[in-house]
Amino acid sequence: MDRLKGLKCRECGRYYPSSPAHVCEFCFGPLEVDYDYEVIRAQVSRARIEAGPKSIWRYADLLPVELGPDGEPHVGSAVGFTPLIRARNLGDELGVKELWVKNDSVCHPTWSFKDRVVAVAIGKAKEFGFDTVACASTGNLANSVAAHAAEARLKSYIFIPADLERGKVTATLVYAPTLIEVQGTYDEVNRLCAEVGDKYRWAFVNINIRPYYAEGSKTYGYEIAEQLGWRAPAHVVVPCAGGSLITKIWKAFKEMRMLGLIPEGKTSMYAAQAEGCGPIVTMIKKDTDVLTPVRPQTIAKSLAIGNPADGYYAYRVAKDSGGFGEHTSDEEIIEGMRLLARTEGIFTETAGGVTVAATKKLIEAGRIPRNESVVICITGNGLKTPDVLYDRLSSDVTIRPSLSAFDKALADLKSKTGA
Amino acid sequence: MAVVVRIPTPLRSVTKGAAEVQAAGDTVDDVIQDLERQYPGLKERLVEDGGQIRRFINIYVNQEDIRFLEGAKTTIKQGDEVSIVPAIAGGR
Repeated sequence: MDRLKGLKCRECGRYYPSSPAHVCEFCFGPLEVDYDYEVIRAQVSRARIEAGPKSIWRYADLLPVELGPDGEPHVGSAVGFTPLIRARNLGDELGVKELWVKNDSVCHPTWSFKDRVVAVAIGKAKEFGFDTVACASTGNLANSVAAHAAEARLKSYIFIPADLERGKVTATLVYAPTLIEVQGTYDEVNRLCAEVGDKYRWAFVNINIRPYYAEGSKTYGYEIAEQLGWRAPAHVVVPCAGGSLITKIWKAFKEMRMLGLIPEGKTSMYAAQAEGCGPIVTMIKKDTDVLTPVRPQTIAKSLAIGNPADGYYAYRVAKDSGGFGEHTSDEEIIEGMRLLARTEGIFTETAGGVTVAATKKLIEAGRIPRNESVVICITGNGLKTPDVLYDRLSSDVTIRPSLSAFDKALADLKSKTGA
Repeated sequence: MAVVVRIPTPLRSVTKGAAEVQAAGDTVDDVIQDLERQYPGLKERLVEDGGQIRRFINIYVNQEDIRFLEGAKTTIKQGDEVSIVPAIAGGR
């Protein structure tokens, strides 16, 4: 029996066969992969997962792409299964008892959670027989699509806003895709790609392959629960751009409960966004299901989506789960990055700074209780966006290579700090 | 005012396969009315019973989201380009 039934409209429930399609032809609602959970239930178990590879493919029974006859995926065999760190120092600093960091800043191969969705999307593109993949991206997705397309030996077209951090541009170009820098915001790039995707028969991972692509994010949630010893945490703070990740982590826990992989329980989901681009958190704070798009103005460029596709669903998840949301200023984002580095030795990108800073504010405001388990989602690597720190960090001492020079410098430092 | 309206794939069954059609009107609202006159059934695909544009549809006038302009009351000039684009796409 096949565990994949096809696609189903999330709004009107119409069914479609498995195909590269993402929008319901009737109501324009998003299409989602429709599984036969009875088939999955008969296959999946904790033991089967634990015996699987140390990658997202240990959850292959719950993903919409097939493995090869040798049990290997089409691409991305080492993606995922990133560390879940018990963050005692940061927990002490924030005054919470049980704090964890799910660290996708070290996801293989391009250091962000996007490797999860792209490995699934490009595998699916191969199944569908495409020879070209494409995406609209704020950087992390660009890196990942270019890398996985190289591995899959597919052509790739990557569309990005022209003002991206140079680190992210270089970390895309090195894989030799066709990179198109568009003079506009991400939302403009995305709209252009929706029209390009309509005209050219390419696999746009976050457009016509989107139902499959988005399912890859569930593995972030599966891993959290498995690594916690087969239980879901009480609270999860998630950075939001398009709004998909928060909905898929939530879905992961729901599926695991339904399949008996983790006990029944309640997990509250919290959205973290920048003040300069926080339309989802604004919906949550105002408690409205109408999304008002914004023009992004934030250093957290990987979250700079002013018109998030899953904004409505992200709002619903935060609300239905009993969670909330928080905005963070650019200064708080930098502080968040430095706080995580200083306490846990983890260097995350600006989006991670947003998540850490939002978590701090949610705890201080009493939205997240101090005596329950909390997971912070760190989804990208700081070495991709060091630009924001250049003006804020400098070395303490520059000296000639002599011991006396060092002795003097050390004495000066100690007298300065009073140590 | 006559304008070009770009039609996304899911709506082309209503426009007899056309990816671009001509329509006339002084506002986005008028253009939708004119599209409905030419292609009966199109309006209900774009607009909810209460009159607001559906949650999963974005409309652009010359590449600008009409929610940054005056919504369905946004005025249209001769030669403007109107794009109808499904909202569901993207994600970093």
